[in-house]
Amino acid sequence: MVREAVGGNVLLRSIVALLDCEVICGHEVLDIEVPFCFAADLMSDVLAFSAPDSLLITGLTSVQSVHTAHVADCRGILFVSGKQPSPEALKLARDNSIPLLATAHSMADSCGILLHHGLSPASKA
Amino acid sequence: MTQPIPTSRPAGEAKTDEVLYGESFRIVGNDFEHGGEVATRVKAILKQLGFPTDAIRRLSIANFEAEMNVIMYAAEGSLELAVLPTAVRVTVSDRGQGIPDIEWAMQEGHSTATPEMRARGFGAGLGLPNIRRNSDEFNIESTVGVGTVLRYVVYANGKAGS
Repeated sequence: MVREAVGGNVLLRSIVALLDCEVICGHEVLDIEVPFCFAADLMSDVLAFSAPDSLLITGLTSVQSVHTAHVADCRGILFVSGKQPSPEALKLARDNSIPLLATAHSMADSCGILLHHGLSPASKA
Repeated sequence: MTQPIPTSRPAGEAKTDEVLYGESFRIVGNDFEHGGEVATRVKAILKQLGFPTDAIRRLSIANFEAEMNVIMYAAEGSLELAVLPTAVRVTVSDRGQGIPDIEWAMQEGHSTATPEMRARGFGAGLGLPNIRRNSDEFNIESTVGVGTVLRYVVYANGKAGS
């Protein structure tokens, strides 16, 4: 399983542009600032090591990804590798006002692009 | 129940063991579809009660891990929530296989999870350590073939550096 973390300050809207994201829900909150991004497919890793207010980058599309983002105070979720959230995950995200993005880039490429654009490594661990 | 919970303990005011709000939530084993709903509902309750953000996050993480443990390893269980003036006390009891070696299970990376559990993002051997890490008080009792009882407390102003 993959776990990566990058940190800095960036608008969600900028991440959408950098990674050519589809905005699945949360169009109204694209101007929020994201101080960190945390990438993992293991939700326990997110719960154990992510900092509050992170953007969760994951390939896990089940409803547990949204529950994890919610309880860990993530500012949104970016699904990688062209993956789309399940209908249950999408409904839960809408109910809790959690923006969902999707990109065709892989998890590693997504982290690399964000790092390349000035975000420095950071995590709670 | 919308009074903000104080972040420090005023001497001579509310009794610290007085239960301001209590509720019991049922958890069904192997019900991955609803895994996380209890933690999400408890989080909403604590936000409404005005519990501090950091404490809500720590408690929510502990609750989510505990809820998923019941779903993954037990037939059924419950999460008992008791909101006190300066803390939240949680008891998670299950009827299930129990834990043969608690000391082993409390170490990070030690897990008996199946590939299916891991595919759902859990079973990395971080659950119990993560609950303890996010709690200010933690206790676990388990009987093989009977079940497990977790008791943990999160203080409103607890655990520096978490």
